[in-house]
Amino acid sequence: MSGVTSINLVENALLVSIQDDVTDTEIVDLQETLSNRIAKDDVKGVILDISALEIVDTFVGRVIAQLAGISRLLAAETYVVGMRPAVAVTLVELGMYLPEVRTALSLTHALSQLRRD
Amino acid sequence: MPQSATANILTILDNDFSGVVEEWLGTQVKEGVKRSDLFSDAESRTQNQELLKAFSKGVRSGVANEEFSLDDDEWADLRAVLADVSKERVSRGVTPTEMATFVLALKAPLFKRLEAMPDVEQSILIRDVLLVTRLVDAFAIYTNEIFIAERDQIIERQRQEMLELSTPVVELWDRVLTLPLIGTLDSARAQEVMENLLQTILERQAEVVIMDITGVGTVDTQVAQHLLRAAAAVRLMGAECIISGISPMIAQTMVQLGIDVGTVSTRSSIRTALSDALLKVGYVIKTTEAS
Repeated sequence: MSGVTSINLVENALLVSIQDDVTDTEIVDLQETLSNRIAKDDVKGVILDISALEIVDTFVGRVIAQLAGISRLLAAETYVVGMRPAVAVTLVELGMYLPEVRTALSLTHALSQLRRD
Repeated sequence: MPQSATANILTILDNDFSGVVEEWLGTQVKEGVKRSDLFSDAESRTQNQELLKAFSKGVRSGVANEEFSLDDDEWADLRAVLADVSKERVSRGVTPTEMATFVLALKAPLFKRLEAMPDVEQSILIRDVLLVTRLVDAFAIYTNEIFIAERDQIIERQRQEMLELSTPVVELWDRVLTLPLIGTLDSARAQEVMENLLQTILERQAEVVIMDITGVGTVDTQVAQHLLRAAAAVRLMGAECIISGISPMIAQTMVQLGIDVGTVSTRSSIRTALSDALLKVGYVIKTTEAS
């Protein structure tokens, strides 16, 4: 597992925290690690905490979309939490609306939505 | 001995300074540009004295071979005094014409005194008149520039204030925000609205945002685009967006324009939007038994 991201099992979901100094290779590696963990732990959801990210470009945006696609295939919903206002504006300007991911304000919020489903 | 071009003008300014000031004031009254409703006599007199002092300083050292530029260091005093006077006058509502005529009125007293000077050759006199004209004209043009710059600043400040005033984000209920949009939504405002909104969502941890467009006159493709982008950004932050206040007229236009609002919820009135929003965060509005 990559040193700058951490994956923790919280209730029935995997909490993935992405650190701000994450590199492109590490975030690609995350796809493999995460898909294995989803299958192994049999979770209902994946929570991607990107509150540490100050910059999200099209590459990271696409990887997030792909992560959502992978977990969807493995029967888990992806929640993106803690997106900063500036990041949200940038993604929208870039035309990346990320329709395949669910979003939540915070970890608590995401967990309560997962419980409701 | 060849006389310097400014010698006669300086003689007048040195010998009859207060006379020029008084007559300058007098001409302003005659031209009808002295606003006694806005300025007291004493104030006008002090301003004119200061200006003339700075002007004569400029004439003394800032004119070489009948050439001068008000941007030179020698004219720094005049620029500074002028900036103060203009600022004062703009804020009291003096018009640009009044301001320019006020400066141009300085010509008359200077001409009169040049004419009255003993033993001045006609050619010299014409040269002096020409120089005074050029100096005072440059002075007047510069005054107008300052005046306009000052106005621009006021307009810019007001524009900024209006921008801030026109995008208030209001917390209607715990975790429910509303953004009443009024007027026209251009790109600059849409940007301001979006940033303001997203920041407030973060601060208040809001889950639902109602964007009310009752007060927006027309919705064209560009406005719709801005609204939908804002809604998308809100969703990315993890909150939900409801657009309310879509009138039947606007609904028709939007369909005719082929605008697809996608997954964004829309309501006709802020009332239904509010009750839906409250439901989403776990509250219901109930009538009391008494009614």
